[in-house]
Amino acid sequence: MTTTAHDAVLGWEATVTAYEPVMGLEVHVELGTATKMFCGCPTTFGAQPNSQVCPVCLGLPGALPVVNEVAVESAIRIGLALNCEIAPWCRFARKNYFYPDMPKNFQTSQYDEPIAFNGHLDVDLEDGSAYRVEIERAHMEEDTGKSLHVGGATGRIHGATHSLVDYNRAGIPLIEIVTKPMTGAGERAPEIARAYVATLRDLLLGLGVSDVKMEQGSMRCDVNLSLMPRGSAEFGTRSETKNVNSLRSVERAVRFEMTRHAAILSAGGSVVQETRHWHEDTGMTTAGRVKSDAEDYRYFPEPDLVPLAPPAEVVAALRASLPEPPVARRKRLQDAWGYSDLELRDVVNAGLLDLIEQTVAAGASPAAARKWWSGEIARRANAEGTDVASYAGQLGVTPAHVAELEALVTSSRLNDSMARQAWEGVLDGEGSPTAVADARGLQLVADTGALAAAVEKVIAANPEVAEKIRDGKVQAVGALIGQVMKEMRGQADAAAARELILSLLGQA
Amino acid sequence: MSELSRDAVAHLAGLARIDLADAELDRMVGELAVILEAVATVQQAPIGDVPAMSHPLPLVNVTRPDVVRPCLPAEDALAGAPEAEEGRFSVPRILSDD
Repeated sequence: MTTTAHDAVLGWEATVTAYEPVMGLEVHVELGTATKMFCGCPTTFGAQPNSQVCPVCLGLPGALPVVNEVAVESAIRIGLALNCEIAPWCRFARKNYFYPDMPKNFQTSQYDEPIAFNGHLDVDLEDGSAYRVEIERAHMEEDTGKSLHVGGATGRIHGATHSLVDYNRAGIPLIEIVTKPMTGAGERAPEIARAYVATLRDLLLGLGVSDVKMEQGSMRCDVNLSLMPRGSAEFGTRSETKNVNSLRSVERAVRFEMTRHAAILSAGGSVVQETRHWHEDTGMTTAGRVKSDAEDYRYFPEPDLVPLAPPAEVVAALRASLPEPPVARRKRLQDAWGYSDLELRDVVNAGLLDLIEQTVAAGASPAAARKWWSGEIARRANAEGTDVASYAGQLGVTPAHVAELEALVTSSRLNDSMARQAWEGVLDGEGSPTAVADARGLQLVADTGALAAAVEKVIAANPEVAEKIRDGKVQAVGALIGQVMKEMRGQADAAAARELILSLLGQA
Repeated sequence: MSELSRDAVAHLAGLARIDLADAELDRMVGELAVILEAVATVQQAPIGDVPAMSHPLPLVNVTRPDVVRPCLPAEDALAGAPEAEEGRFSVPRILSDD
């Protein structure tokens, strides 16, 4: 091993000026099936070690695997959502290797016959442009067991005296999604890598095939990266950075590897083809296994499983059942709601899309729906350390409540400030908006006589302001409306007050 | 059939994690060559345009429903393990010291 404690890196500007990155991403997704890929053991996270195992996933002699039908369906749906072709016939293969994380000494995977191939995923970038990520393949395989390394420093495999293995995870269905090499990304490579993984995560979440929790390992990303001098078309030697397990880390790992490669190349050295380990704490990678002699997995077709040949009508039915892709849905809703890019991004980031859609369906305007869901309730949810949707669920606050609240405003029963009070009452558990308004006596004064009296009194008390308005300075009306409100203890309809003041002062 | 080289046998031994002494390696080259030669007889079978197959039965799409079935109790799962610790299979050191 030739690694130093800290690899040299070149500055970012110098890196992207001299070199063009070639990037490939491999994402492993654990499917959310109830059982494993080839046996009926449950897949519950965090169970007692080795309590979710059987002869099949322990690789005991004579045990025979049988494929999980839901896992196959999920694989096809993922392939279709990634615009892939679905193989009319394909097989599983044994990937042979000695490592205690698989008790069989092989992993059942797919080799030259993946179930899905040749797809693409369009990714939106911060500047509003899109980048098309070409998908090489999506294939089915099984997850490995989890190892604890004992006797070394802080659980590291280096220096460990022995390891302890839990096979609960061994055999959980995995889909590995592999991109084609991405070129032409330039300095945007880190952003594209992150945006791709984020878009993929949303897509998989929308399909309902996985919980895609990167922090729990149900979605894991490997970053393959090489550099070529600008103007060259010949790929350089790549490194493979394993287990980059957050969106931010994906971006940082690409950036770090680019600058590390650039430092080696610009000093006249050559990059070693090797596995790199990502370190979240330092934001750096360190050398792992050198790949040269290890890559002999002796794949061969799995003799214990028969081929899969998804009938065309099954694939067509799965295609028809796909949900609208998240990116398309956002564009459609943005057009329908008239939100700015910033407004849309805020509601997406706050996870408000579903709530707003339901609120609009319940009769509120898109603007009102956005206002109420991103206001007081978002502040309270944030203070509770949760998201608005979960918080609303706990409180029993529904889109229908928001629509009802807004209807009280549009029907002129409440003004905006009263509506805010009613909303606070709803959030405090006092009942529906109407019930809160009734209980708190929130009601605009419909009596035009009372309003007229208040307006006349305020005009008389503010002759200078009134004069300005008579002279055409209409914006000065705000000061008088405020006083009318005060006069009527907040129960005035501001719009009606404004209209009356302007009319009395000859500006209507 | 191309000749089986000593290097190829050494490579196979490495993949299979079998530590062979030089003398054993020499012997294995001869023995494996004989075995391969015997197996190579199947290459003379008149397969014509019979497609390659990986399974003897003409079956496809054998699947099972995604329904949980009983597992082994953890103690049974570990019963055959040479070493176990904290409910886990204990395995020898994975990486050597280098």
